[in-house]
Amino acid sequence: MKTSIQFRLNDEEVATFADSGSNLLDVLREGIGDLSVKGGCWQGTCGTCTVLVDGMPRLSCVTLAESCEGKSIETVAGLRQGAKLHPLQTAFMERFAAQCGYCTPGMLMAAKALLDREPNPTRENVVDAICGNICRCTGYEPIIAAVLDAARAAPRRS
Amino acid sequence: MARHRGRGVATINYPIGMNLGGDPSQALVHSNPTGKFTVALSSIDLGQGMKSVTRQICAETLGIPVEDVYVDTADSDTGPHCMGSFASRGTHRVGNAVMAAAREARAVMMEAAAEELEVDPGDLETDGRGSIHVKGAPHRAISVRDVAIAAQFRQGKTISGRGIFLVPLSDVNPETGEMSPATCYAHACQIVDLEVDDETGEVTVLKMTSAYELGRAINPKLVEQQLVGGSWMGMSHALFETPEPYYPDTREGPRDFNEYLMPGPGDICPHDIVVLERPAPDGPFGAKGPGEMCANPSLPAIANAIYDAVGVRIDELPITPEKVLRALKVRGRPEAPPRVR
Ligand code: FES
Ligand code: FES
Repeated sequence: MKTSIQFRLNDEEVATFADSGSNLLDVLREGIGDLSVKGGCWQGTCGTCTVLVDGMPRLSCVTLAESCEGKSIETVAGLRQGAKLHPLQTAFMERFAAQCGYCTPGMLMAAKALLDREPNPTRENVVDAICGNICRCTGYEPIIAAVLDAARAAPRRS
Repeated sequence: MARHRGRGVATINYPIGMNLGGDPSQALVHSNPTGKFTVALSSIDLGQGMKSVTRQICAETLGIPVEDVYVDTADSDTGPHCMGSFASRGTHRVGNAVMAAAREARAVMMEAAAEELEVDPGDLETDGRGSIHVKGAPHRAISVRDVAIAAQFRQGKTISGRGIFLVPLSDVNPETGEMSPATCYAHACQIVDLEVDDETGEVTVLKMTSAYELGRAINPKLVEQQLVGGSWMGMSHALFETPEPYYPDTREGPRDFNEYLMPGPGDICPHDIVVLERPAPDGPFGAKGPGEMCANPSLPAIANAIYDAVGVRIDELPITPEKVLRALKVRGRPEAPPRVR
């Protein structure tokens, strides 16, 4: 049975119909067409599908889409502000923190959740924040370095 | 019950590409009338930077800005043939093919420019910024773009080039059987410091210190990226990745990332890296290849360090806590306290 779902996606109201019981990953990609969200394992073990639901990192492949009704969802597609890249995106580029890029959307969102909550993270905070995200290419070090760089580069909230 | 420190060393000679000769890759390079060039390859960039490196090699050989080169690796149905992206062969094999193709295209480009400027092609040089001029007379110049337009619309020439790199088949000395199976070797040496817990069998890698000799580093940041990621993968092969404990019935093997383990961001360690550049005589601009070879030294270095730490020689990978504990049971726990370095 189709059910209607409505939420905010990167600060825009969106609505779609989906089979009830659908996961958020499929609804974002197929229902809404936000292909910035990637699926890797569809079982909650790789982390690439991470999005923010009301500011909290969530594995969209194991999140019931209907549970997001009325909530605010952030994906990589909403990271940059106009022509300006998010400090995390700049830092990932400068640190060469992506190779194949498959883990990158999830890494960016997991890191954003951390920086939103903790603007001055320690290395351990960063490791904790991304430890549910698998990367096959980079050896993680460039990603950790990029997140720490982004924290330093971000304009301080006072 | 103690944690024991150990240090292991390994060195490798890594033959670039497939042994015994052959191992071809092709490239095609052509310009369009805007003076931009396309490199057509079937070689795949899976994140290691094949596109960036072949782009640099093509631009350097043509003598034009790197921004003016586009690398198309789209389709093995329609592109020129390549053996594939493996065995650290991309930069060396494909790079050589691109260089050969770009040289041929450059010769046509210079002829077309010479015709426009009414000079001998041998008197011309490129400035690397998109212009071609008479040697010693920079004002007698024409842009690559205008050359491309003239070639296309007036001279009826394609500015294009074909390239292939094929390693000669290895000779065997019939008397001795002696042969040299590869033309180009990269080298590495790695020291691993680690800790073994004799109660849990767990191995914690504390530090890696490495030197890699891989010819000219055409793109040093990409080389570093390969070395960091590759040694992580070496650690993963040495300590984590396995279809066990269900092997040999692979139907019972790991099905997902909960069962097939790899080191996470909390398992990595500081890694000091030195890159030595000794240009390879048969490499494009002296390059060899860092890709697969950099994962190799971590495996024996980790196995050696475990032996140094607790005196057990484990010769089957990966070295899981279970194997360490079984070996310790046979050999007996080493004396505590652990050695101080
Ligand atoms: S696709 Fe969601 S965790 Fe892998
Ligand atoms: S960049 Fe390939 S998986 Fe992380």
